[in-house]
Amino acid sequence: MSDRGARLGEVTPAEAAELIDRGAALIDTREQHEWRSGHLPGATLVPPAEVMPRIREVLPDRDRPVVVYCASGVRSLFAARQMAALGYRDVVSMAGGIIAWRGEGRPVAMPSGAPAVVNNPRYSRHLVMEEVGPEGQARLAQAKVLVIGAGGLGSPALLYLAAAGVGTIGIVDFDVVEISNLQRQVVHADDRVGMKKTESAARSIRALNPDTRVVRHTEMLTADSVDRLIDGYDVVLDGTDTFETRYWLNDAAVRAAIPVVHASVFRFEGQLTVFVPFEGPCYRCLYPTPPPPELAPGCSVAGVLGVVPGVMGLLQATETVKLILGIGDPLVGRLLVWDALDASFSELTLQRDPRCPACGAGAGDAQRSEREAVSA
Amino acid sequence: MSQVRIPPVLRRHVDGAKQVEASGATVGELVDDLIGRYPGLADQLRADDGGLHRFVNVYLNGRDVRYLDGLQTPVGENDALVILPAMAGGNVA
Repeated sequence: MSDRGARLGEVTPAEAAELIDRGAALIDTREQHEWRSGHLPGATLVPPAEVMPRIREVLPDRDRPVVVYCASGVRSLFAARQMAALGYRDVVSMAGGIIAWRGEGRPVAMPSGAPAVVNNPRYSRHLVMEEVGPEGQARLAQAKVLVIGAGGLGSPALLYLAAAGVGTIGIVDFDVVEISNLQRQVVHADDRVGMKKTESAARSIRALNPDTRVVRHTEMLTADSVDRLIDGYDVVLDGTDTFETRYWLNDAAVRAAIPVVHASVFRFEGQLTVFVPFEGPCYRCLYPTPPPPELAPGCSVAGVLGVVPGVMGLLQATETVKLILGIGDPLVGRLLVWDALDASFSELTLQRDPRCPACGAGAGDAQRSEREAVSA
Repeated sequence: MSQVRIPPVLRRHVDGAKQVEASGATVGELVDDLIGRYPGLADQLRADDGGLHRFVNVYLNGRDVRYLDGLQTPVGENDALVILPAMAGGNVA
C-alpha cells in the first residue's frame, strides 16, 4: 500500500486518518447501495456522476483540504482530479479505498439502523470480502448454531464458529474432559480434566470471542430430548459418536426442517455431507438402518489420527458458515471422503430416497400435518 | 477386472488393502467374486435375503447402485466400485 500511497494525489489510510483529524473534509464517491453497507465516520456521499454538478454545493470552501475515497481507490482518484480541475487546491484520494481502511481495522460507520457488528475490527477480514461484508457479518451475529458433542469434530468447529462471530452457539455434551481427549479435542485444556465439556468449551469460546453467547446443554441427547434441544437453532453440526444419536438427530432435524452438517471419522479417513431436509437426502436416505454393534467398530477401538477430526470439524464449520451466509455450493447430495494418508479427496453422489421413512414423500406429509396439528 | 475401493472399517478383511480387484459382469457378480476371494467380507456385506445390508452402500463410478439397477447393474472393465458402510465415529471419548 505504501508505494500506491506515494503516487501523486494519493494518501494511505493512515495519512487520510491524520488529515481528517486535522479537519480535512471527507467525500465518499461511491453509489448509494455501497454507502449503505458502511462508510467512514463523518463522510459525505457524492456519487461519481454527481461530483462535477454538485461538489461546489457540498463543499463551497475550495481552500479546505479534502480526502476523497471510494471502494478501492480508482473512482476517488478520478474524482480528486475532477475536483482539482474545478479549483480545489488540496484534494487527495485515499489509496485502496474503504477496503484498505477496513483491512487495517479502522472504524466504519453505518447509516442509522444498521447493526453495530460492522464497526468491530475483529471481523475486518470478513468485512472486506463482498461475499461476507457487513450484511453477512450481521447474519453470522444473528445465527444460532447447535453443536452436538464438544469432542473431536466439535472442538475445532466451536472455536472457528465463535471466531467467525456466530452470535449464539449451543453445545450438547454430558461428558467430562478426559486426558485421552486432548490428543484431538483442542477446545479443552490439560488443566480442565474432570470438568464438564460444556463448561470447558464455553471458557475457551469466551476467551476467544466474548461476543458469542454460549448455551450449555449439559445433558444426553435422547429420543425424548432431541426435539427440545434443536428447537430454535438455524443449523446443527453433528459431532455425535453413536448410530442411535445420529438417527434421533436426523429424524428430529427433518421434522423441524433444520439443516444438519454431518461428519464422521475413522482412523485416517473422514466423511462429510450436508443434510438439508427436503432439498437433499437425509441420513436415513443414505442408511435406512444402523449396522449391528458387532459390525461397527468405533474410534475408541480402532483409533483415529488426531488431525483427522480436526480437519473434518473445520470442514463442518466451513459448510455451516456457508449455509448461514447463503454462499457457494453447499455439500448437499454429495459425500466428501478424505483420505489423510493418500492426501486425497473424493466425492460420491447421494440421492434422496423417495421411500425414506424420515423424509420421503409420505413421511414428509405425515410430519408436516403432525406439525400443523401441533401448532394449530 | 474392476477396482473396488475398500473402506477403512473393512480393511482388516482384505489384508489391509485399500483397493482390491474383482471380476463380474454385474455388481452382484462382482460382490460374489469379492466374497469368494475374501470370505471375511460375507457377514459385512451380505444380508440374509442375499442382497446387500441396508447399512452398506455400493457406488459405481460415484453413483449409488440402489438408484441404478441394484445388484443387476452392469459393470464395465474400467469401472470403479466404492463400498461404504455407515461410519459411527464422531465425538469419541
